[in-house]
Amino acid sequence: MKTVVIGVIGADVHAVGNKIIDYVLKEHGFNVVNIGVLSSQEDFINAAIETDADAIMVSSLYGHGEMDCRYFREKCEESGIGNIKLYVGGNIVVGKHEFKEVEKRFKKMGFDRAYPPGTKIDAAVNDLKEDLGL
Amino acid sequence: MEAFLLVDFGSTYTKLTAVNLEEEYIIGTSKAPTTVKTNVLDGYDKALSRLYQDHPEIDHISGISACSSAAGGLKMAAIGLVEELTVEAAKRACLGAGAIVKQVYSHHLTKREVKELKESDTDIVLLAGGTNGGNKECIIHNAKRLKEAEVPFPIIVAGNKDANDEIEEIFEGTSIEYYIVDNVMPQLKKLNVDEAKHIIRKIFIDKIIEAKGIKRAEERIGEIIMPTPEAVLLAAELLSNGYEDIEGFGELMVIDIGGATTDVHTIGEGYPKRTEVLLKGLQEPFAKRTVEGDLGMRFSANALLNLVSNYNFKKYFEVDDQCNHDIDKSLNRRSQDVDFIPHTKDEEEFDKAIAKICADVSMSRHVGHVEVVHTPLGDMYYQTGKDLTDLRYVIGTGGVLIYNQDAKKILQQVNKKSDKALELRPTNPSILIDKSYILAAMGLLSQKYPRTALKMMKQYLL
Repeated sequence: MKTVVIGVIGADVHAVGNKIIDYVLKEHGFNVVNIGVLSSQEDFINAAIETDADAIMVSSLYGHGEMDCRYFREKCEESGIGNIKLYVGGNIVVGKHEFKEVEKRFKKMGFDRAYPPGTKIDAAVNDLKEDLGL
Repeated sequence: MEAFLLVDFGSTYTKLTAVNLEEEYIIGTSKAPTTVKTNVLDGYDKALSRLYQDHPEIDHISGISACSSAAGGLKMAAIGLVEELTVEAAKRACLGAGAIVKQVYSHHLTKREVKELKESDTDIVLLAGGTNGGNKECIIHNAKRLKEAEVPFPIIVAGNKDANDEIEEIFEGTSIEYYIVDNVMPQLKKLNVDEAKHIIRKIFIDKIIEAKGIKRAEERIGEIIMPTPEAVLLAAELLSNGYEDIEGFGELMVIDIGGATTDVHTIGEGYPKRTEVLLKGLQEPFAKRTVEGDLGMRFSANALLNLVSNYNFKKYFEVDDQCNHDIDKSLNRRSQDVDFIPHTKDEEEFDKAIAKICADVSMSRHVGHVEVVHTPLGDMYYQTGKDLTDLRYVIGTGGVLIYNQDAKKILQQVNKKSDKALELRPTNPSILIDKSYILAAMGLLSQKYPRTALKMMKQYLL
Protein backbone atom coordinates (compact mmCIF):
# COMPACT_ATOMS: atom_id res chain seq x y z
CA MET A 1 0.00 0.00 0.00
CA LYS A 2 1.32 3.44 -0.91
CA THR A 3 1.53 6.02 1.86
CA VAL A 4 0.63 9.69 1.41
CA VAL A 5 1.15 12.42 3.99
CA ILE A 6 -1.52 15.13 3.76
CA GLY A 7 -2.07 18.33 5.71
CA VAL A 8 -2.72 22.07 5.57
CA ILE A 9 0.43 24.15 5.63
CA GLY A 10 1.26 27.32 7.56
CA ALA A 11 -1.10 29.38 9.72
CA ASP A 12 -4.03 27.98 7.78
CA VAL A 13 -6.90 26.34 9.61
CA HIS A 14 -9.15 25.29 6.71
CA ALA A 15 -10.07 21.77 7.67
CA VAL A 16 -12.90 20.78 5.33
CA GLY A 17 -10.90 20.16 2.16
CA ASN A 18 -8.37 18.28 4.23
CA LYS A 19 -11.04 15.87 5.45
CA ILE A 20 -12.32 15.35 1.89
CA ILE A 21 -8.84 14.56 0.59
CA ASP A 22 -8.34 12.14 3.48
CA TYR A 23 -11.60 10.37 2.69
CA VAL A 24 -11.08 10.13 -1.07
CA LEU A 25 -7.49 8.90 -0.85
CA LYS A 26 -8.50 6.19 1.60
CA GLU A 27 -11.33 5.16 -0.75
CA HIS A 28 -8.71 4.69 -3.43
CA GLY A 29 -6.68 2.39 -1.23
CA PHE A 30 -3.96 4.73 -0.05
CA ASN A 31 -2.53 4.66 3.45
CA VAL A 32 -3.25 8.23 4.51
CA VAL A 33 -1.23 9.96 7.20
CA ASN A 34 -3.15 13.14 7.93
CA ILE A 35 -1.21 15.66 9.99
CA GLY A 36 -4.10 18.16 9.95
CA VAL A 37 -4.15 21.92 9.88
CA LEU A 38 -1.50 24.43 11.00
CA SER A 39 1.30 22.17 9.88
CA SER A 40 4.87 23.23 9.21
CA GLN A 41 7.17 21.88 6.51
CA GLU A 42 9.04 20.04 9.24
CA ASP A 43 5.83 18.34 10.39
CA PHE A 44 5.22 17.06 6.84
CA ILE A 45 8.80 15.90 6.44
CA ASN A 46 9.10 14.20 9.83
CA ALA A 47 5.84 12.38 9.22
CA ALA A 48 7.01 11.29 5.77
CA ILE A 49 10.30 9.95 7.14
CA GLU A 50 8.78 7.88 9.95
CA THR A 51 5.97 6.49 7.80
CA ASP A 52 8.19 5.96 4.73
CA ALA A 53 5.72 7.92 2.64
CA ASP A 54 5.66 7.91 -1.16
CA ALA A 55 4.13 11.36 -1.54
CA ILE A 56 3.34 14.53 0.36
CA MET A 57 0.17 16.46 -0.53
CA VAL A 58 0.15 20.02 0.73
CA SER A 59 -3.07 22.02 0.95
CA SER A 60 -3.33 25.77 1.35
CA LEU A 61 -6.41 27.91 1.10
CA TYR A 62 -5.51 31.22 2.69
CA GLY A 63 -3.26 32.66 0.03
CA HIS A 64 0.12 32.40 1.74
CA GLY A 65 0.93 29.02 0.21
CA GLU A 66 3.75 30.32 -1.89
CA MET A 67 5.56 31.67 1.16
CA ASP A 68 4.85 28.57 3.22
CA CYS A 69 6.11 26.23 0.49
CA ARG A 70 9.39 27.96 -0.19
CA TYR A 71 12.43 25.64 0.14
CA PHE A 72 10.17 22.65 0.84
CA ARG A 73 11.96 20.48 -1.73
CA GLU A 74 15.36 21.60 -0.46
CA LYS A 75 14.37 20.61 3.07
CA CYS A 76 13.24 17.20 1.81
CA GLU A 77 16.59 16.75 0.13
CA GLU A 78 18.37 17.83 3.29
CA SER A 79 16.33 15.28 5.28
CA GLY A 80 17.12 12.36 2.99
CA ILE A 81 13.75 12.11 1.24
CA GLY A 82 14.64 14.23 -1.81
CA ASN A 83 12.87 11.89 -4.22
CA ILE A 84 9.46 12.03 -2.59
CA LYS A 85 6.54 13.21 -4.73
CA LEU A 86 5.40 16.69 -3.73
CA TYR A 87 1.92 17.94 -4.58
CA VAL A 88 0.32 21.24 -3.71
CA GLY A 89 -3.21 22.53 -4.23
CA GLY A 90 -5.79 25.13 -3.22
CA ASN A 91 -5.65 28.91 -3.24
CA ILE A 92 -1.92 28.79 -3.35
CA VAL A 93 -1.13 32.39 -4.30
CA VAL A 94 -2.49 35.84 -3.46
CA GLY A 95 -4.36 37.76 -6.14
CA LYS A 96 -5.49 36.80 -9.64
CA HIS A 97 -2.83 35.10 -11.72
CA GLU A 98 -2.82 32.93 -14.78
CA PHE A 99 -2.61 29.45 -13.24
CA LYS A 100 -0.06 28.33 -15.85
CA GLU A 101 2.29 30.93 -14.36
CA VAL A 102 1.56 29.81 -10.85
CA GLU A 103 2.12 26.17 -11.75
CA LYS A 104 5.43 27.04 -13.33
CA ARG A 105 6.52 28.85 -10.19
CA PHE A 106 5.66 25.90 -7.94
CA LYS A 107 7.30 23.40 -10.29
CA LYS A 108 10.42 25.52 -10.18
CA MET A 109 10.23 25.23 -6.40
CA GLY A 110 10.42 21.47 -6.80
CA PHE A 111 6.75 20.48 -6.63
CA ASP A 112 5.77 17.66 -8.98
CA ARG A 113 2.17 18.83 -9.33
CA ALA A 114 0.25 21.99 -8.50
CA TYR A 115 -3.51 22.38 -8.67
CA PRO A 116 -5.69 25.49 -9.03
CA PRO A 117 -8.71 26.29 -6.86
CA GLY A 118 -11.74 24.18 -7.61
CA THR A 119 -9.80 21.12 -8.76
CA LYS A 120 -11.62 17.88 -8.09
CA ILE A 121 -9.56 15.65 -5.86
CA ASP A 122 -10.09 12.81 -8.35
CA ALA A 123 -7.83 14.59 -10.80
CA ALA A 124 -5.04 14.57 -8.24
CA VAL A 125 -5.71 10.93 -7.38
CA ASN A 126 -5.33 9.94 -11.03
CA ASP A 127 -2.05 11.84 -11.28
CA LEU A 128 -0.86 10.28 -8.05
CA LYS A 129 -1.58 6.79 -9.32
CA GLU A 130 0.26 7.55 -12.53
CA ASP A 131 3.25 9.09 -10.75
CA LEU A 132 3.54 6.19 -8.31
CA GLY A 133 3.16 3.63 -11.10
CA LEU A 134 -0.13 2.18 -9.88
CA MET B 1 3.04 -6.87 66.09
CA GLU B 2 3.16 -7.86 62.43
CA ALA B 3 4.81 -5.49 59.98
CA PHE B 4 5.02 -5.37 56.20
CA LEU B 5 8.42 -4.13 55.14
CA LEU B 6 9.17 -1.91 52.14
CA VAL B 7 12.78 -1.55 51.12
CA ASP B 8 14.39 1.02 48.85
CA PHE B 9 18.03 0.36 47.97
CA GLY B 10 18.83 3.97 47.13
CA SER B 11 22.03 5.34 45.66
CA THR B 12 23.12 6.66 49.05
CA TYR B 13 20.82 5.12 51.65
CA THR B 14 18.98 1.87 52.05
CA LYS B 15 15.61 2.97 53.40
CA LEU B 16 13.13 0.81 55.25
CA THR B 17 9.48 1.55 55.87
CA ALA B 18 7.51 -0.72 58.18
CA VAL B 19 3.76 -0.67 57.72
CA ASN B 20 0.96 -2.04 59.85
CA LEU B 21 -1.36 -3.34 57.15
CA GLU B 22 -4.33 -4.00 59.39
CA GLU B 23 -4.56 -0.62 60.99
CA GLU B 24 -3.06 1.17 57.99
CA TYR B 25 -0.35 3.25 59.53
CA ILE B 26 3.40 3.53 59.34
CA ILE B 27 5.08 1.91 62.28
CA GLY B 28 8.42 3.48 61.53
CA THR B 29 11.21 4.10 59.06
CA SER B 30 14.96 3.66 59.23
CA LYS B 31 17.95 3.99 56.99
CA ALA B 32 21.61 3.07 56.66
CA PRO B 33 24.20 3.75 53.95
CA THR B 34 23.81 1.47 50.91
CA THR B 35 26.62 -1.05 50.67
CA VAL B 36 26.80 -2.17 47.05
CA LYS B 37 30.57 -2.47 46.93
CA THR B 38 30.81 -5.02 49.72
CA ASN B 39 27.57 -6.84 50.40
CA VAL B 40 24.32 -5.02 49.84
CA LEU B 41 22.82 -6.92 52.75
CA ASP B 42 25.18 -5.24 55.23
CA GLY B 43 23.43 -1.91 54.81
CA TYR B 44 20.07 -3.59 54.86
CA ASP B 45 20.86 -5.44 58.09
CA LYS B 46 22.06 -2.27 59.72
CA ALA B 47 18.88 -0.44 58.77
CA LEU B 48 16.80 -3.39 59.92
CA SER B 49 18.44 -3.58 63.33
CA ARG B 50 17.87 0.16 63.72
CA LEU B 51 14.24 -0.37 62.92
CA TYR B 52 13.92 -3.13 65.50
CA GLN B 53 15.74 -1.00 68.03
CA ASP B 54 13.36 1.93 67.57
CA HIS B 55 10.28 -0.26 67.34
CA PRO B 56 10.60 -3.25 69.63
CA GLU B 57 6.88 -3.84 69.11
CA ILE B 58 7.64 -5.43 65.72
CA ASP B 59 7.90 -9.16 66.30
CA HIS B 60 7.16 -10.53 62.88
CA ILE B 61 7.74 -9.41 59.26
CA SER B 62 4.78 -10.63 57.23
CA GLY B 63 6.19 -9.71 53.85
CA ILE B 64 8.83 -7.65 52.07
CA SER B 65 8.77 -5.72 48.84
CA ALA B 66 11.80 -3.88 47.44
CA CYS B 67 12.92 -1.45 44.78
CA SER B 68 16.35 -0.18 43.89
CA SER B 69 18.18 2.75 42.41
CA ALA B 70 21.54 1.70 43.80
CA ALA B 71 24.74 1.47 41.77
CA GLY B 72 23.73 4.30 39.47
CA GLY B 73 20.14 3.24 38.95
CA LEU B 74 19.00 1.91 35.58
CA LYS B 75 20.82 3.50 32.64
CA MET B 76 19.41 3.26 29.17
CA ALA B 77 20.18 4.30 25.63
CA ALA B 78 17.33 5.36 23.35
CA ILE B 79 17.61 4.99 19.58
CA GLY B 80 15.00 6.17 17.08
CA LEU B 81 14.57 7.76 13.68
CA VAL B 82 13.27 11.36 13.80
CA GLU B 83 14.21 13.25 16.94
CA GLU B 84 10.76 14.68 17.70
CA LEU B 85 8.99 11.38 16.98
CA THR B 86 10.38 7.87 17.54
CA VAL B 87 13.47 9.11 19.40
CA GLU B 88 11.22 11.01 21.79
CA ALA B 89 8.85 8.03 22.09
CA ALA B 90 11.79 5.76 22.93
CA LYS B 91 13.05 8.22 25.51
CA ARG B 92 9.64 8.43 27.15
CA ALA B 93 9.40 4.65 27.38
CA CYS B 94 12.76 4.57 29.20
CA LEU B 95 11.91 7.44 31.54
CA GLY B 96 8.48 5.99 32.30
CA ALA B 97 10.15 2.73 33.32
CA GLY B 98 12.29 4.61 35.82
CA ALA B 99 15.51 4.72 33.82
CA ILE B 100 18.03 7.47 33.29
CA VAL B 101 18.55 8.10 29.57
CA LYS B 102 22.19 8.83 29.01
CA GLN B 103 22.64 8.04 25.32
CA VAL B 104 20.22 9.23 22.67
CA TYR B 105 20.67 8.57 18.95
CA SER B 106 18.59 9.46 15.90
CA HIS B 107 18.59 8.36 12.23
CA HIS B 108 21.39 6.03 11.07
CA LEU B 109 23.87 5.01 13.76
CA THR B 110 27.45 5.72 12.81
CA LYS B 111 30.32 3.43 13.76
CA ARG B 112 31.59 6.16 16.04
CA GLU B 113 28.24 6.37 17.86
CA VAL B 114 28.08 2.60 18.30
CA LYS B 115 31.61 2.62 19.68
CA GLU B 116 30.64 5.31 22.15
CA LEU B 117 27.55 3.34 23.13
CA LYS B 118 29.54 0.14 23.58
CA GLU B 119 32.03 1.86 25.86
CA SER B 120 29.34 3.52 27.96
CA ASP B 121 27.91 2.14 31.19
CA THR B 122 24.50 1.57 29.62
CA ASP B 123 22.35 -1.24 31.05
CA ILE B 124 19.73 -1.65 28.34
CA VAL B 125 19.29 -0.34 24.78
CA LEU B 126 15.88 0.55 23.39
CA LEU B 127 15.84 0.43 19.59
CA ALA B 128 12.91 2.13 17.86
CA GLY B 129 12.28 3.73 14.48
CA GLY B 130 9.45 3.97 11.98
CA THR B 131 5.70 3.66 12.37
CA ASN B 132 4.17 0.26 11.65
CA GLY B 133 4.28 -0.01 7.87
CA GLY B 134 6.59 2.99 7.74
CA ASN B 135 10.33 3.32 7.46
CA LYS B 136 12.15 0.07 8.19
CA GLU B 137 15.42 0.67 6.42
CA CYS B 138 16.80 2.79 9.28
CA ILE B 139 16.03 0.43 12.16
CA ILE B 140 17.43 -2.50 10.18
CA HIS B 141 20.60 -0.54 9.49
CA ASN B 142 20.88 0.28 13.19
CA ALA B 143 20.29 -3.34 14.22
CA LYS B 144 23.09 -4.40 11.88
CA ARG B 145 25.43 -1.82 13.37
CA LEU B 146 24.64 -3.00 16.90
CA LYS B 147 25.29 -6.57 15.84
CA GLU B 148 28.58 -5.80 14.08
CA ALA B 149 29.83 -4.07 17.20
CA GLU B 150 28.61 -6.92 19.40
CA VAL B 151 27.04 -4.50 21.81
CA PRO B 152 27.05 -6.27 25.16
CA PHE B 153 23.74 -4.90 26.48
CA PRO B 154 20.24 -6.37 26.16
CA ILE B 155 18.45 -4.74 23.22
CA ILE B 156 14.72 -4.10 23.23
CA VAL B 157 13.40 -3.78 19.69
CA ALA B 158 10.29 -1.57 19.71
CA GLY B 159 10.06 -0.11 16.20
CA ASN B 160 8.24 -0.67 12.92
CA LYS B 161 6.82 -4.18 13.18
CA ASP B 162 7.49 -4.81 9.48
CA ALA B 163 11.20 -4.83 10.27
CA ASN B 164 10.99 -7.40 13.06
CA ASP B 165 11.55 -10.52 10.94
CA GLU B 166 14.69 -9.09 9.42
CA ILE B 167 15.98 -7.85 12.76
CA GLU B 168 15.39 -11.26 14.27
CA GLU B 169 17.46 -12.80 11.46
CA ILE B 170 20.22 -10.29 12.16
CA PHE B 171 20.38 -11.03 15.90
CA GLU B 172 19.60 -14.74 15.76
CA GLY B 173 22.56 -16.96 16.56
CA THR B 174 24.69 -14.08 17.82
CA SER B 175 25.59 -13.31 21.41
CA ILE B 176 23.13 -10.44 21.41
CA GLU B 177 20.29 -10.71 23.87
CA TYR B 178 17.22 -9.17 22.29
CA TYR B 179 13.53 -8.75 22.96
CA ILE B 180 10.95 -7.80 20.35
CA VAL B 181 7.97 -5.82 21.64
CA ASP B 182 5.25 -3.46 20.36
CA ASN B 183 6.28 -0.37 18.46
CA VAL B 184 6.59 2.65 20.80
CA MET B 185 5.03 4.78 18.03
CA PRO B 186 2.79 2.48 15.98
CA GLN B 187 1.11 5.38 14.19
CA LEU B 188 2.32 8.89 13.67
CA LYS B 189 2.40 10.78 17.00
CA LYS B 190 0.69 7.91 18.83
CA LEU B 191 2.59 6.83 21.91
CA ASN B 192 2.48 3.19 22.96
CA VAL B 193 5.06 2.49 25.63
CA ASP B 194 3.38 -0.02 27.94
CA GLU B 195 4.89 -3.20 26.53
CA ALA B 196 8.33 -1.63 26.27
CA LYS B 197 8.09 -0.45 29.89
CA HIS B 198 7.01 -3.89 30.96
CA ILE B 199 9.98 -5.60 29.35
CA ILE B 200 12.38 -2.99 30.75
CA ARG B 201 11.16 -3.84 34.22
CA LYS B 202 11.51 -7.55 33.51
CA ILE B 203 15.10 -7.20 32.30
CA PHE B 204 15.85 -4.99 35.29
CA ILE B 205 14.58 -7.66 37.67
CA ASP B 206 16.15 -10.61 35.86
CA LYS B 207 19.50 -9.21 34.83
CA ILE B 208 20.44 -5.71 35.87
CA ILE B 209 19.96 -6.28 39.58
CA GLU B 210 22.43 -9.12 39.36
CA ALA B 211 24.99 -7.19 37.35
CA LYS B 212 24.94 -4.47 39.97
CA GLY B 213 25.54 -6.83 42.86
CA ILE B 214 22.14 -6.26 44.41
CA LYS B 215 20.86 -9.72 43.56
CA ARG B 216 22.34 -11.11 46.77
CA ALA B 217 19.73 -9.21 48.68
CA GLU B 218 17.08 -11.43 47.12
CA GLU B 219 18.22 -14.43 49.15
CA ARG B 220 16.68 -12.73 52.08
CA ILE B 221 14.08 -10.32 50.91
CA GLY B 222 12.60 -11.89 47.81
CA GLU B 223 12.47 -10.24 44.40
CA ILE B 224 13.38 -6.59 43.87
CA ILE B 225 10.44 -5.67 41.75
CA MET B 226 11.23 -2.35 40.12
CA PRO B 227 13.55 0.64 39.86
CA THR B 228 12.78 3.23 42.56
CA PRO B 229 11.65 6.01 40.19
CA GLU B 230 9.03 3.69 38.73
CA ALA B 231 7.73 3.05 42.23
CA VAL B 232 7.35 6.80 42.75
CA LEU B 233 5.52 7.12 39.44
CA LEU B 234 3.16 4.28 40.37
CA ALA B 235 2.45 5.90 43.72
CA ALA B 236 1.66 9.19 42.00
CA GLU B 237 -0.63 7.44 39.52
CA LEU B 238 -2.55 5.69 42.27
CA LEU B 239 -2.87 8.86 44.28
CA SER B 240 -4.21 10.67 41.23
CA ASN B 241 -6.65 8.01 40.01
CA GLY B 242 -7.94 6.78 43.35
CA TYR B 243 -8.93 3.18 43.92
CA GLU B 244 -12.43 1.71 43.88
CA ASP B 245 -14.54 3.91 46.16
CA ILE B 246 -11.63 5.94 47.49
CA GLU B 247 -11.31 9.15 45.55
CA GLY B 248 -7.94 10.25 44.16
CA PHE B 249 -6.44 13.71 43.98
CA GLY B 250 -6.93 14.20 40.23
CA GLU B 251 -4.20 15.85 38.18
CA LEU B 252 -1.05 16.09 40.24
CA MET B 253 2.70 16.52 40.16
CA VAL B 254 5.50 14.97 42.15
CA ILE B 255 8.81 16.75 42.18
CA ASP B 256 12.01 15.34 43.62
CA ILE B 257 15.06 17.57 43.85
CA GLY B 258 18.13 15.46 44.46
CA GLY B 259 21.88 15.87 44.65
CA ALA B 260 22.46 15.07 40.99
CA THR B 261 19.09 15.31 39.25
CA THR B 262 15.63 16.79 39.52
CA ASP B 263 12.78 14.43 38.65
CA VAL B 264 9.33 15.71 37.76
CA HIS B 265 6.33 13.39 37.44
CA THR B 266 2.90 14.54 36.33
CA ILE B 267 -0.27 12.50 36.17
CA GLY B 268 -2.99 13.76 33.87
CA GLU B 269 -3.88 14.08 30.22
CA GLY B 270 -2.99 17.78 30.04
CA TYR B 271 -5.20 18.36 27.00
CA PRO B 272 -5.85 21.92 25.77
CA LYS B 273 -8.43 23.75 27.84
CA ARG B 274 -9.63 26.10 25.10
CA THR B 275 -11.03 25.51 21.65
CA GLU B 276 -8.60 27.79 19.83
CA VAL B 277 -5.67 25.72 21.08
CA LEU B 278 -4.36 22.94 18.87
CA LEU B 279 -2.27 20.10 20.21
CA LYS B 280 1.06 19.60 18.46
CA GLY B 281 3.75 16.96 18.62
CA LEU B 282 3.94 13.43 19.99
CA GLN B 283 1.18 12.24 22.32
CA GLU B 284 2.00 12.84 25.98
CA PRO B 285 2.09 9.91 28.40
CA PHE B 286 -0.67 10.05 31.05
CA ALA B 287 1.96 9.44 33.72
CA LYS B 288 4.91 11.47 32.54
CA ARG B 289 8.36 11.57 34.07
CA THR B 290 11.22 13.83 33.11
CA VAL B 291 14.70 13.78 34.61
CA GLU B 292 16.99 16.79 34.50
CA GLY B 293 20.61 15.70 34.78
CA ASP B 294 21.94 19.24 34.99
CA LEU B 295 19.69 20.34 37.86
CA GLY B 296 20.75 19.17 41.29
CA MET B 297 21.86 20.42 44.67
CA ARG B 298 25.42 19.07 44.63
CA PHE B 299 26.88 17.01 41.78
CA SER B 300 25.45 19.31 39.14
CA ALA B 301 25.62 22.56 41.12
CA ASN B 302 28.30 23.98 38.86
CA ALA B 303 26.10 23.55 35.81
CA LEU B 304 23.52 25.95 37.21
CA LEU B 305 25.26 29.04 35.97
CA ASN B 306 24.96 27.72 32.42
CA LEU B 307 21.20 27.91 32.86
CA VAL B 308 20.74 30.98 35.01
CA SER B 309 22.95 34.04 34.78
CA ASN B 310 24.64 35.41 37.86
CA TYR B 311 22.23 38.34 37.73
CA ASN B 312 19.15 36.12 37.53
CA PHE B 313 20.48 33.80 40.22
CA LYS B 314 20.13 36.61 42.74
CA LYS B 315 16.41 36.82 42.03
CA TYR B 316 15.98 33.45 43.71
CA PHE B 317 17.20 34.69 47.07
CA GLU B 318 14.49 35.71 49.51
CA VAL B 319 13.61 39.39 49.48
CA ASP B 320 14.62 39.74 53.12
CA ASP B 321 17.84 37.76 52.65
CA GLN B 322 20.56 39.72 54.44
CA CYS B 323 23.39 37.36 53.57
CA ASN B 324 26.21 38.26 51.32
CA HIS B 325 26.44 35.32 48.90
CA ASP B 326 29.40 34.57 46.70
CA ILE B 327 27.57 32.60 44.04
CA ASP B 328 30.53 31.08 42.20
CA LYS B 329 32.31 30.05 45.35
CA SER B 330 29.23 28.59 46.98
CA LEU B 331 28.33 26.54 43.92
CA ASN B 332 31.86 25.29 43.53
CA ARG B 333 32.01 24.22 47.12
CA ARG B 334 28.87 22.17 46.75
CA SER B 335 29.92 20.39 43.59
CA GLN B 336 33.35 19.56 45.06
CA ASP B 337 32.01 18.35 48.37
CA VAL B 338 28.84 16.51 47.47
CA ASP B 339 28.18 15.53 51.09
CA PHE B 340 28.15 19.18 52.12
CA ILE B 341 25.49 19.96 54.71
CA PRO B 342 24.54 23.60 55.32
CA HIS B 343 25.12 24.82 58.87
CA THR B 344 24.90 28.58 58.84
CA LYS B 345 21.92 30.70 57.89
CA ASP B 346 23.90 31.88 54.88
CA GLU B 347 24.46 28.34 53.63
CA GLU B 348 20.87 27.36 54.18
CA GLU B 349 19.60 30.34 52.25
CA PHE B 350 21.93 29.54 49.40
CA ASP B 351 20.73 25.92 49.24
CA LYS B 352 17.20 27.21 49.15
CA ALA B 353 18.01 29.36 46.14
CA ILE B 354 19.52 26.37 44.33
CA ALA B 355 16.44 24.29 45.08
CA LYS B 356 14.22 27.07 43.74
CA ILE B 357 16.18 27.17 40.50
CA CYS B 358 15.91 23.39 40.17
CA ALA B 359 12.15 23.56 40.69
CA ASP B 360 11.68 26.48 38.33
CA VAL B 361 13.85 25.29 35.44
CA SER B 362 12.73 21.65 35.63
CA MET B 363 9.14 22.91 35.48
CA SER B 364 9.86 24.96 32.37
CA ARG B 365 11.16 21.83 30.69
CA HIS B 366 8.42 19.49 31.85
CA VAL B 367 5.34 21.60 31.30
CA GLY B 368 3.66 22.25 27.95
CA HIS B 369 3.81 25.63 26.28
CA VAL B 370 1.78 27.56 23.75
CA GLU B 371 2.82 29.49 20.68
CA VAL B 372 0.61 32.09 19.05
CA VAL B 373 -0.18 31.71 15.35
CA HIS B 374 -1.77 34.70 13.65
CA THR B 375 -4.20 33.28 11.13
CA PRO B 376 -6.64 35.10 8.86
CA LEU B 377 -9.34 33.72 11.16
CA GLY B 378 -7.80 35.31 14.25
CA ASP B 379 -5.19 34.17 16.71
CA MET B 380 -4.81 30.44 17.23
CA TYR B 381 -2.43 28.63 19.55
CA TYR B 382 -0.25 25.60 19.26
CA GLN B 383 0.16 23.64 22.44
CA THR B 384 3.17 21.36 22.77
CA GLY B 385 3.23 19.20 25.90
CA LYS B 386 0.78 19.11 28.79
CA ASP B 387 -1.51 21.92 29.93
CA LEU B 388 -1.14 21.82 33.71
CA THR B 389 -2.94 25.07 34.53
CA ASP B 390 -5.71 23.27 36.43
CA LEU B 391 -3.38 20.91 38.26
CA ARG B 392 -4.53 20.61 41.85
CA TYR B 393 -1.64 19.17 43.83
CA VAL B 394 2.11 19.56 43.79
CA ILE B 395 3.91 17.07 46.01
CA GLY B 396 7.51 17.52 47.04
CA THR B 397 9.69 14.53 47.90
CA GLY B 398 13.41 13.73 48.27
CA GLY B 399 15.86 14.75 50.97
CA VAL B 400 16.15 18.42 50.09
CA LEU B 401 12.45 19.16 50.25
CA ILE B 402 11.55 16.86 53.10
CA TYR B 403 14.01 18.35 55.54
CA ASN B 404 13.64 21.96 54.46
CA GLN B 405 11.49 24.27 56.58
CA ASP B 406 10.65 26.32 53.53
CA ALA B 407 9.86 23.44 51.19
CA LYS B 408 6.49 24.86 50.26
CA LYS B 409 8.05 28.17 49.37
CA ILE B 410 10.56 26.40 47.15
CA LEU B 411 7.81 24.51 45.37
CA GLN B 412 5.88 27.67 44.66
CA GLN B 413 8.45 28.14 41.92
CA VAL B 414 6.48 25.73 39.75
CA ASN B 415 3.51 28.09 39.68
CA LYS B 416 2.43 30.34 36.82
CA LYS B 417 4.89 33.21 36.31
CA SER B 418 4.36 36.50 34.57
CA ASP B 419 7.69 36.28 32.80
CA LYS B 420 6.92 32.75 31.59
CA ALA B 421 3.43 33.46 30.32
CA LEU B 422 3.59 30.95 27.47
CA GLU B 423 4.30 28.03 29.80
CA LEU B 424 1.18 26.16 30.90
CA ARG B 425 2.17 25.98 34.58
CA PRO B 426 -0.17 25.25 37.48
CA THR B 427 -2.09 28.34 38.54
CA ASN B 428 -2.82 27.77 42.17
CA PRO B 429 -2.07 24.24 43.30
CA SER B 430 -2.04 22.99 46.88
CA ILE B 431 1.46 22.06 47.90
CA LEU B 432 2.06 18.91 49.94
CA ILE B 433 5.28 17.46 51.29
CA ASP B 434 6.14 13.79 51.56
CA LYS B 435 7.33 14.40 55.13
CA SER B 436 7.74 10.76 56.09
CA TYR B 437 9.47 9.95 52.78
CA ILE B 438 7.08 7.18 51.88
CA LEU B 439 6.17 7.70 48.21
CA ALA B 440 8.48 5.01 46.76
CA ALA B 441 7.41 2.64 49.52
CA MET B 442 3.74 3.28 48.76
CA GLY B 443 4.37 2.65 45.06
CA LEU B 444 5.75 -0.74 46.03
CA LEU B 445 2.94 -1.44 48.43
CA SER B 446 0.38 -0.50 45.78
CA GLN B 447 1.31 -3.59 43.78
CA LYS B 448 -0.31 -5.83 46.39
CA TYR B 449 -2.31 -3.51 48.61
CA PRO B 450 -3.42 -0.53 46.53
CA ARG B 451 -6.20 0.37 48.91
CA THR B 452 -3.94 0.61 51.93
CA ALA B 453 -1.24 2.45 49.99
CA LEU B 454 -3.73 5.05 48.78
CA LYS B 455 -5.26 5.61 52.20
CA MET B 456 -1.88 6.02 53.78
CA MET B 457 -0.66 8.47 51.15
CA LYS B 458 -3.72 10.61 51.73
CA GLN B 459 -2.92 10.55 55.38
CA TYR B 460 0.83 11.07 55.33
CA LEU B 461 1.32 13.72 52.64
CA LEU B 462 1.09 17.02 54.45
